[in-house]
Amino acid sequence: MQAEPGDALAAPDNVELETPEELAKRARATRARRLRTWRRRRSKFWTYLGLIVGSIIVLFPIYVLVVDSLLQPNQLASDPPTLIPTNPAFHNYSDVMTQFGFGHYLVNSAIQTAVIVSAQLVTSVLAAYAFVFLRFPLRRSLFLLILGTVMIPFEVTVAVNTTTVRNLGWDGNFLGLTAPFLATGFGIFLVRQAFLQIPKELREAAVIDGYGPMRFLWRIAVPLARPVIAALAVFSFLGAWNQYLWPSIIANVNPSIKTATIGITGLGGSSELAGVQLAAAMISLAPLVLLLIFFRKNLIRSLTAGAVK
Amino acid sequence: MTAVNATLADDVAPPSSSNGAPRPRRSRRVARTKEATLGYALLLPALAVFAVFTFYPFVKNFDLAAHRPGPYPTSPNPYVGTSQFFQIIRSGPFLDSLRSTLIFVAIAVPLGLFLGLALAVFANQKLRGSAFFQIAFSSTAITSIAVAAVIFQTILSPSNGLMQWLGIHTNPGIALSPSWALEAVAGISAWQFTGFSFIIMIAGLQSLPEEVLEAARIDGASSWRVFWRVIVPLMSPTIFFAGVIGTIIALQSFGAINILIGVPNNFTHTNVLINYIYDEIVYDRNFGTAACLSIALFLVTLLFTVVQFRALEKRVHYAS
Repeated sequence: MQAEPGDALAAPDNVELETPEELAKRARATRARRLRTWRRRRSKFWTYLGLIVGSIIVLFPIYVLVVDSLLQPNQLASDPPTLIPTNPAFHNYSDVMTQFGFGHYLVNSAIQTAVIVSAQLVTSVLAAYAFVFLRFPLRRSLFLLILGTVMIPFEVTVAVNTTTVRNLGWDGNFLGLTAPFLATGFGIFLVRQAFLQIPKELREAAVIDGYGPMRFLWRIAVPLARPVIAALAVFSFLGAWNQYLWPSIIANVNPSIKTATIGITGLGGSSELAGVQLAAAMISLAPLVLLLIFFRKNLIRSLTAGAVK
Repeated sequence: MTAVNATLADDVAPPSSSNGAPRPRRSRRVARTKEATLGYALLLPALAVFAVFTFYPFVKNFDLAAHRPGPYPTSPNPYVGTSQFFQIIRSGPFLDSLRSTLIFVAIAVPLGLFLGLALAVFANQKLRGSAFFQIAFSSTAITSIAVAAVIFQTILSPSNGLMQWLGIHTNPGIALSPSWALEAVAGISAWQFTGFSFIIMIAGLQSLPEEVLEAARIDGASSWRVFWRVIVPLMSPTIFFAGVIGTIIALQSFGAINILIGVPNNFTHTNVLINYIYDEIVYDRNFGTAACLSIALFLVTLLFTVVQFRALEKRVHYAS
């Protein structure tokens, strides 16, 4: 339809053949194209500006964490502030592990997280299977009851749970640290949604092939729901590793059961230790950064489970 | 929500019926009992955990709230009915605490929602490096409150060079200042919530019909107008969902205050409900008061959730 300006230059004879209307039309088209390009460039500029400003707001605290974990105590208070570690104090990292026993807290966190994640996966898969594939009295009521647990924040039950765990003699040990979190209503709901997607023909075929309920669960249902189960695993890892309120109550009774989150805050208080404390925070953040980079899709799937259909 | 009604098990329950010979009634009943037994057995682990650590404490709270501590530790706690609960929720400390909680939520949630949505709109463009920005903006969601609090403790510390460099001289530090401490911890919560809100918002943006946004841009609407007139209304269900979750998180946000301001918390203005509960459990060992406060926290959470769901329903109908 419209000739390129380049063409016109290359073949000037054509110009004579164009009527004034055609010329005007072409000029309009060029102007529109220039406007579009300019608009696109302008919007690209604003987008990058937004991304950069956003990055500064969001990432500046993390940048401070990285840099300050590598500073000597006297550099932390320097004016102007040290924003580039010229003489990185890597010993903060080794100090926190050797002198302050942070390794012990990391092990506690790892055990606590492993127990909670595996237990939540097992209890969620079993319960979801019962709700989707089995028939029994009160099934619907029991499901609503479990869904209702999502509405009760853990913080509301903390006071009584503290007493319960003490009466059971579990305060200050791993049983007390993990027991309240071995099942999750959210997880049951999530896995149930995944099981509901399994076509019923598959279930019928499995029954005809002589699969019992447990064999069907482990050989067919669980592999098919794997993406959702992985999402739940990532979500519960994040929740368990980052817990604060409950471990702080349990660790009040027995300091040797402190998890990493509690251990970090225990290092606070003096400016001498600020670098060491930030090194501890960096170490405890590391597994989660790997989780975010490698399992971002799973994490997003679990966080948005109820948001986007 | 998908209906629970028709299970697959219903359809395949009598496998022998297909080959003509009706199965004896008794063996069918046996099969059904077996199925029910298996069902309950599979639910048992989860139900046991909920029974002990969710339902029992929830009910027990009402019992504790109805008893006042006796005059000395070993004396029985007399039953006082609802009087203790009503006395507490009318008391000065509770009302201060409620006020602080509401201020905290009113700062942390809208700020986190707006930042999350704005960053999602920027990072959703097909540009070089958007994968990096997506990971970077999600990163605050994985930061534990302990790590976040420690970072901001360093940034806000009066002995740190950063604050002096910015010309902010506070003594004591911001986290201990009677006028700014609550705002500061709410800001930290907003920062932490931004990552979570970003993840939800970008998933919501990616599910929007591309043609609508394209059409608005071709019509020559400015980016600002597209944002407020097209994206925000279309995203309203997602924004409300993130708002509900954010409010629940903010109402339970304890770590930042506990770490930055410390315990026992002498500031009434940063004594949000969850902090009040913690103090009653750990320091005063006053479980009756803690139970009353827990019930109040539950009611506040429920109220927020119901109101937001009502609003959500309205907006969804409006948008569709």
